Amino acid sequence: MEADAQHDLTAAYALDALEPEEARRYEAHLARCERCQGELAELSESASTLAYATDAPAPPPELRSRILAQARGERANVVPLRPRWAKPLVAVAALAACVALGLGLWASSLSNKLDRREAEIKRQQRVAQILAEPGSRKISFSRGTLVVGRSGDGALVLNKLAPPGADRTYEAWVADQGAPQPAGLFEGGKAVAVPLDRPVPQGATVMVTEEKAGGAASPTQTPFVIVRNASQS
Amino acid sequence: MGKTPRLMPRSFAHLSDEAVVAMLARSDESALAELYDRFGRAAYGLALRILRDEKLAEDAVQEGFLAAWRNADRFIPERGRASTWLLTLVHRRAVDLVRREGRRRAEPLRESFEPAPSESAEDDAWLRIERERVQWALKKLPDQQREALELAYYGGFTQSELAERLGEPVGTIKSRMFTGLARLRELLGEPRPGEAAWKPTPNTT
Repeated sequence: MEADAQHDLTAAYALDALEPEEARRYEAHLARCERCQGELAELSESASTLAYATDAPAPPPELRSRILAQARGERANVVPLRPRWAKPLVAVAALAACVALGLGLWASSLSNKLDRREAEIKRQQRVAQILAEPGSRKISFSRGTLVVGRSGDGALVLNKLAPPGADRTYEAWVADQGAPQPAGLFEGGKAVAVPLDRPVPQGATVMVTEEKAGGAASPTQTPFVIVRNASQS
Repeated sequence: MGKTPRLMPRSFAHLSDEAVVAMLARSDESALAELYDRFGRAAYGLALRILRDEKLAEDAVQEGFLAAWRNADRFIPERGRASTWLLTLVHRRAVDLVRREGRRRAEPLRESFEPAPSESAEDDAWLRIERERVQWALKKLPDQQREALELAYYGGFTQSELAERLGEPVGTIKSRMFTGLARLRELLGEPRPGEAAWKPTPNTT
């Protein structure tokens, strides 16, 4: 009976909607109830997505430095902000399975840097344009969103994509009835916005594969992104 | 073209959130900076929505991130995502503050903020898409479920307060919260109509 009553509190706990005393009792129960632990993990995840539904300005820049300063003050042996990060990186990668993302350093020649930066800025502007176009269509999928403007110009916005392996690149494809056609090469990053080099007609499928540097003429790998330009409810 | 590794590695940009929290547990200040750069804006937006006061919202975000800094070693990746863990810490601080200040409000936030330009257009695009996606899912919930979730999560009301406010038994509120969260999860997780199945044709080599 008592346990049942506690199970019922999981959703309210995930929303921080219990009175302090109720929350304490629930936590005591949670510590020994596997079912509630599992359910709480799921419900908390869905509660925290609500954080993204808010439209808000960026926090003031001082907030970041204030948090860092206070954190620094709290611990004796803080690893400082700049140097020496490569070593712990390797250690952590070895340590946990959750660290699965690639650790490869970006490789680029100095002479390339400026060109690439400029090209990158142009890309971002292009994606922003398509996003802002009235009537542009957004199709979400597990890893990101496909945006298609009214003219058929498309862009992919992907979340947290590890950089491709050494001498590899990501390649986007557009398949409209026939074989997939190359639609641009790109690299990974925290958030990746890629304008597609080829229009995306209604009903066409956009895909992404990892290919040899320089790209391929048709996909040689199984795509890890497959999204169709079809209307969404 | 000769490829040389960059002399100055930029950041943890290519690490998973969970990996960044693992670095946090090693007192790595850069990891805290990275975590803030990933979630500071969402955290602040959330805190501001709850507290409706910029100063208090900053306090909630600061306390939430410092709680993450202090307790990073207690984060268990198998029990959930790092982003959920962090946003939960911030949410809890914001709700504590709003209750202490007695400034809970039920009305949705009307004033539209002028979104300040952030450093990266890509991040903006990403947040904007996330926002639309979650708002889309929220709209699909039955009104009573959405109301219960919004009043609890953004309003800081407890289930008992909600029961009283809405004139319903606590059990009804509990089940609306549960069903609402479960449905939200389904809506956000289900493959969208655009997500087509596609298999590589064996003869494309």
